[in-house]
Parts: sequence; C-alpha cells; structure tokens
Amino acid sequence: MPINLTETTAGTRETRLGSITGYNGDLQDLVHQSRCGSLQDRERCFSQSSTCLSGCALGQVSGIRDVAVINHAPSGCTAMAPGVDVLNSQLAAKIGVANNTVFVGTDMNEQDTVFGATGSLKEIIRETYRRYHPQAIFIGTSCVTGIIGEDVDSIVAELEAELPVPIAAVHCEGFKSRIWASGFDAADHAVMTSIVKPPQQKKPVLNFKNFFESARVEITELFANFGVKTQFLYQNSTVEELAHISESLATVCICGTLGTYLGNALEEQYGVPYVRTINPLGVTGFETWLREIGRVIHKQAEVEAYLAKERAIYLPQIEAVKKELTGLRAVIGMGPGYTFEVSRVLQELGMEVVWGAAWHYDRKYDNDQTPPALNYLVKNSPANFKLSVADQQNFEILNILNHYQPDLYFSRHPGTTVWAIKQGIPSVYVADEYMIFGYKGTLNFAYAVLDKLKNRSFETNLAARVKLPYTKWWYQQANATFLKEPTR
Amino acid sequence: MAKILDQPRYKCAMAAMQTVQAITRALPILHAGPGCAEKLGGSIGSSGYFSPHIFPCTNISEKEVIFGGESRLQETVANALKVVDADLYVVLTGCTPEIVGDDSAEIIRTFQNAAKPVIFASIPGFKGNNYLGHEWVLQALIEQYLKPVPDKIKGLVNIWAGLPMHDPFWLGNLRELERLVAELGLTPNTIFGHDRGIANIAKITAAEFNLLVSPWVGLSSVRLLQEQFGTPYLHYPTMPVGASETSKFLRAAGAFAGVDPGVTEAVVARHEAEYYYYIERFADIFLETRVMAKRFVVVSDAQYALAFTKFLVNDLGLFPAKQYVTDDTPVEHQEAVREYFKELNHGIQAEVGFSSDGQQLQEEIRNTDFHGYPLILGSSWEKKLVRDLKAHYLTISWPIIERLVINGSYVGYHGGLKLLEDIYSVVLTRFN
Repeated sequence: MPINLTETTAGTRETRLGSITGYNGDLQDLVHQSRCGSLQDRERCFSQSSTCLSGCALGQVSGIRDVAVINHAPSGCTAMAPGVDVLNSQLAAKIGVANNTVFVGTDMNEQDTVFGATGSLKEIIRETYRRYHPQAIFIGTSCVTGIIGEDVDSIVAELEAELPVPIAAVHCEGFKSRIWASGFDAADHAVMTSIVKPPQQKKPVLNFKNFFESARVEITELFANFGVKTQFLYQNSTVEELAHISESLATVCICGTLGTYLGNALEEQYGVPYVRTINPLGVTGFETWLREIGRVIHKQAEVEAYLAKERAIYLPQIEAVKKELTGLRAVIGMGPGYTFEVSRVLQELGMEVVWGAAWHYDRKYDNDQTPPALNYLVKNSPANFKLSVADQQNFEILNILNHYQPDLYFSRHPGTTVWAIKQGIPSVYVADEYMIFGYKGTLNFAYAVLDKLKNRSFETNLAARVKLPYTKWWYQQANATFLKEPTR
Repeated sequence: MAKILDQPRYKCAMAAMQTVQAITRALPILHAGPGCAEKLGGSIGSSGYFSPHIFPCTNISEKEVIFGGESRLQETVANALKVVDADLYVVLTGCTPEIVGDDSAEIIRTFQNAAKPVIFASIPGFKGNNYLGHEWVLQALIEQYLKPVPDKIKGLVNIWAGLPMHDPFWLGNLRELERLVAELGLTPNTIFGHDRGIANIAKITAAEFNLLVSPWVGLSSVRLLQEQFGTPYLHYPTMPVGASETSKFLRAAGAFAGVDPGVTEAVVARHEAEYYYYIERFADIFLETRVMAKRFVVVSDAQYALAFTKFLVNDLGLFPAKQYVTDDTPVEHQEAVREYFKELNHGIQAEVGFSSDGQQLQEEIRNTDFHGYPLILGSSWEKKLVRDLKAHYLTISWPIIERLVINGSYVGYHGGLKLLEDIYSVVLTRFN
C-alpha cells in the first residue's frame, strides 16, 4: 500500500504491512507464508505487559532539537518526559550543542474524559509556545483521547494558522496498533507532513536514520572519505535541517523496522533513494550496505578502496576470535529488524542460532518486499531454525531458554536481560544500535560475547539465589501454548 | 480541566502498580494498554521477583475498545493464576476499561474461589495521580483481603510512610523507621520490601495501632483501618530527619504506645549523644564553609518538602525561602500541610506553594533573592535551573535520573547525618 501523506495518520502496520505479533514456526515457513500471503496473526489468551506505540512515536520526535512535544493524555502517559529531557541534554552535550526541546502533558482528568478537553488543549499549546518559542510543535494523542474522540486534527488546523511554526498531530493512541513500531511511522508521518519541504537543490548529504547516534563521529568520518556529509535523524537534528532532507542523495537507516516509513516516503514523494540492503552489522552486512550506498552515490571505486584497507586490518582479528565462538548455541529476543540482522552476524561468527524471537514481524516493508535481512537468512542460513513472533512475552522466552538451554541469550530491550540471567544463561545486551557496526564493531562485539562467557560471576551469583517467577506447570508446557489459532 | 503538566513530578494512578510490586510475591495484573506498565515502571530498581514486563496485562487493543474487554480480562487472570507463581493477584484497571464500561469487578468476583486470592482496584490514570492511586490500592487490600483477628498482639505497630518505588528512598526510610520504633520496645510491622510481604499483611489487623509518617498520603487508609477493624492510628506528619525531629518522633510514638517515658528518654539520649558527637566534630565545616547557602528551597512532594525544611531550619539553622509541594496535594489537605510548615523553631514560618507547573515555580525561584548561593533540593528537573542560579543542588525525589539510590535513607539520626554528607559533598566541589 503506498504511503499517503494527504491523510492525517500513517495508519497501523497491521493494515499497511500485514504485521503480526503472534507466530510460532521456523525460518523457512515464515518466509514461505509471507510470500504466498497465507501468514496470519495468532492472538494470545495470556499476555504480559508489552509496549505501546506512544513511547516509540513521541520518543522519536522529542529527539529533535528545540521543539515542543505536548502529550494530550493523563499524567502517566507523560512519565517519559524526564527521561527524554535528560537523554536530550546528554546526547546534545556529547556533540557540543544545546537541545531545548520540552516535553509537557495536558494532565487529563475525569472531567476531561466526560466533556472533552480540546479547549484546554488549545490553551496549553498557546501557553507552551509563549513559554518556549519552539521551532515546531508535536501533539501526541493517547488511548483516552482516541476513545473519547478528541478532534485533535481540527485543533492543529486551527492553530497552524495562528502560530508561526509547524504544528502536527502525532497519532499514537496506544490501543490502535499492537505493533509499537507503528509509532515510528506516526512520528515519520508527522515530520513528513509538517516539516519536510520539497527539494530546491540536491546536496551531497546522506540521511542517516538511527536512535542514539553513538557512532556519529565514526560515520561522519567514514562518509567524509567519499565527500558526503551525513544528516542524522532525529536525535539532535534541527527543524531547519529536517525541512531539507528531501534534498539528500539517499536515505539509509540502521534498523529496517525504524526506517521503512520515512525512507519509502522520501523516495516516493521526492525521489530520494532509500538504501534497502541488509544492515551494516557484521562483515557481510557492512560490505553489502556500503557497496550499495557507493553505487547510489556514485562512489564505487572509493568504497572498494576503503573496504580493502579496512579488511586488511580487521578480518584477521575477527577470524582469530571467531575460533573461540564457533559452535556456541544462541537464542535471540529482539525487534524484528535486529532479530534477523543479529542472527546473520552470530552465524557469521560461527555461532548457531537455535531460536529467534522477534517482538513483531512485518510481512513486508513499505516497498511491498519482505525484509532484506530475512531474505538473506533464508538463502544463507546454514540450517533452518525455529522462529517465533513473541511481542516481548517474557514467559515464552524463558520457556524457550529452559527447553533449549543455549550458551547465550541476546537481548535488546530494557528490562529483558536479567530474566535469562536468572535462569543461569549469560546474556549480552545489544542495546546500542551500533554495537556491531562495521568491522571494528563486529570485532568489539565478538569480544563482548567472549568476555561475557569467560566471566559469568554476576550471572551465577544471582541465578544461585533467586526464584523464577513462573510455575513448574508453565515450564512443562510448549512455549506456544497461549497462541490462539488464526481467526481469519 | 486539563492543565499544563510542565516537568511532571508525579505519574498517574496506574503507577500504583508499584505499590503492589513492593509487596513481595504480590502480582499486579493490568487491565490496561500495552504500554502502561513500561511507561510507569521507570528503569532504575524496577525489576525484582517480578518486573513491569512480567506483569500480566490485557494489552488492550482496538478490539477490546469496540467490543469490551471483559472476556479478555477473564482469560488473562485465569491464565495468570496458572503461569505466574504469586501469592496474591491484584487486578488493576486503567483508563480504557473505565471509559468503555467493562464490569471488571464482576469478572474478578468469579475468581472468589480461585486457588490464590485475587483482588481488584480501579485506578484509571485520569482519576488521579499515583499518590492517590497508592491509597486506592491500599483500600482494595483493606476491604477485600484483610480479615479481623480475635486478639491484638501487644506492642505490634503497623508503619506506613512514603510511596513505594516512586520515592527513591522509600525502602531505606521505612527500614530506619522500623529500627527506631523497635528501639522503643515495640514490634514494627511493614508490608513492603524484602522479607516482609504477605505474612505481614496478615498481621495488619492484629496491630495495636497504625503509625502513619506522612503529611497526607495514607491518611484515608489508616482511617479506613480504624473504621473497619477498630485500630487507632497516630498520624505523625513529618518524616523525621536529624536529631530534633527524630527525638520528637520517638517521644510521640512512645507516648501513643504507652511506652515508659524513661525508656523513650534513654533511647533519645543515647542517639542524641552520638549524633552530637559527630556534629561537634564537624561543626567547623558547617560554620566556616563560606560558600554554603544560608537559604534553601525544596521542590518535592509534601513529605520531603516538609521533612527537609524542618531539618534544615531546626537542626542546621538555615533559613527557608518559599517551599514548593509538587504532588498535587488534594485541596482538602492543603491547609493542614501549610500549617505544618509554620511549626519551625523561633517562630520561623515557611511559605508553601502547591504547584504541578514546574516552569512556573522555577520562574518564581529564579526571581528570588537568596542573598547568596541557594541550596536547592529537588529532582532532575532542577538541573538547568541550578546551573543558571549557581545553586548547590541535590536530587532527592522523582524524577532522579542521574543518581543511583539502592537502599539509602534520610530518616532518623543517621539520615540527618547522611543528608549533611550529601549536601556538603556538593558544596565542597566549589572553591571556598
């Protein structure tokens, strides 16, 4: 389904991309079902607390410098504000800029749920502008505003005429989509429709979408080699910079789940090519990715020269550490982007992936194709392996770990790592999206895995002293026990 | 009416899932959106035997909004009983089921004969903040779980204090209160944190009295306990920090419990002697640190604003500027809270502002002349303010993002010394 920027919302991934949160099978089956259109979501009759799209959506836009995010919601939905504020300060300080973005709420109360609160919302938007003079204003919606039918779009339309800065609704009602990554799309949609302008002139700039830009310096230096500048999105970007991302040479993203909407929208709307290779994690990923960028920006020869130089430095070192990792058995639990990408890297380093759990699964991306990392795996994985779509359901993961007893668990989301450790399984927290970036990142990652295996003190100390939160009965069940049969 | 929540210092009522989580082996079950527990859980110290992602949750989607979520709640609770190993299951319902009109109470009634107790509290985020949510969870516990006992246990005292987990020092403070009460020869009974939990909940109704150490949070709960089980309560509004207030606290608790005043005075004398041994040794630094503030501001909930104002005035001899209470104290309690700030030595009174608008209260602080560097005790939100004002600054209440608190405490004689250590560790980073 093409991206529609004339609508006020991005729509959900369930409807746009056929995304699901429940599946239990294997790599070959998942790809087969995705391609022949038979893949169906399986709901759960038992679930643990997951994540909602609001955090993803507002987390994205609040990284932009000097904007205001106004969350039209009860106070709890705005509990992320202090974290955003401190994160913004720390990441801005890291690159020597200031980020004066503010994140406020409307503290909706009972009266508001009965009578509506669009009047107060309007006043709060004006007051926020008066206080901070932000460069743009994003209005977040919530479960409550969605259910009571607050017409936030009309308020936005009205205030657009009144205030001299872009203003957009970010539709992220928590119940609208089980796929929290729909929130990334909601953020992209708001940016595309309110801030990004049509191109005036092409510029030698690469749009680089990511989360926390920990490799900003390295990537900036990498592309300086090819005479190209990088525009990181959205953390630390300015509204003025965002207005011109339509003029860039191409868009790349560190995570397919994160980048699909913006990348495809820029390509469809303004002809900015979206680089859709596997991601630059691991050796194959990095080379494939950089070669494709080289092709798109017409710097093939320079890219090859760079790769040859770096290979000579790093490949022997990677090969050496790989000997110590070969044969280790791993379970992965991450978002779908990283589950498939990291599976490839683990295999590259000689490890065996015995189970991959993706928190959701996009049957296709916004270009109607199955995700490249999955295509790569189905062609190149040494063996078929078990896969589930697990919506961060910890009880399923611990059941899997108990059954398969892997050497390692790889996590990526806050609060998930400790549970594998409690079951005595060393865990590597792949939180930083650049943890395995490029040759050097791959080498560092390999050593992080090795170090974790060589010193298990923390894990064994804790595991010996704690009780697990699940019943014996649960550990005797199949991990898919609570997945219902497809209803469609 | 919706109002600007600029620099939030509280969360919504659903964050009282942390009150349940603080009871070992009690499990919150959320009938709420998929993101509520994650957003409200915070990231520091929120794991444990259970953690927010372990809490069963109906993860309400569009389907439950349109068709109602009662059957979804039913299956979630039924399966939670099978999968998760807990001793008390507390169903918490949020905004969506409240608005769409699910009869959650009726669903929970069907679990009356379940193998483990299942109780229910309606704590939708739009009905109030987490200070109120905490009370509503305690009320559910009192009304649906507690049973009367034939005989009271001599000397047994239930202690209730700050908000579990939201207050970064909640557990350290509670433990110190226990130690102080035990020194009077009483037996403290608390339900939160390690090695307390459900066994102690069973003892609540056997206590001789409830001791509430809090300006207003918890009042409705101890009143309910009195009403339902005839247990009297002592409301001691000030969390005791330092010698002056802790000695007063011991005398008040001792007198209420009928402890021999000789015993109380012996405890007080022993502690004050030790406390002043340290104060005497370090008095030079308190008297001669030229850059130390003379005036201070606390921006926090009523508990800390009051406790630290009393300590800094009555023990350390500083002078209070206007103090800010940010917990959205219900109007009916504001007058009483205001009065507590007038009970300072030498007739000193501190002005109090109640506000949940951080930007506005910070504007007031910016426009205050402190006649020197101010001392500001607050949250992460004050970081930019203190940089502009060149203030001495310590984070003491939520949100605290750049400080790790594990079991630290500011309560009691030790707590007073600890606060002095923390304040002067900041002050001494500046040229004197």
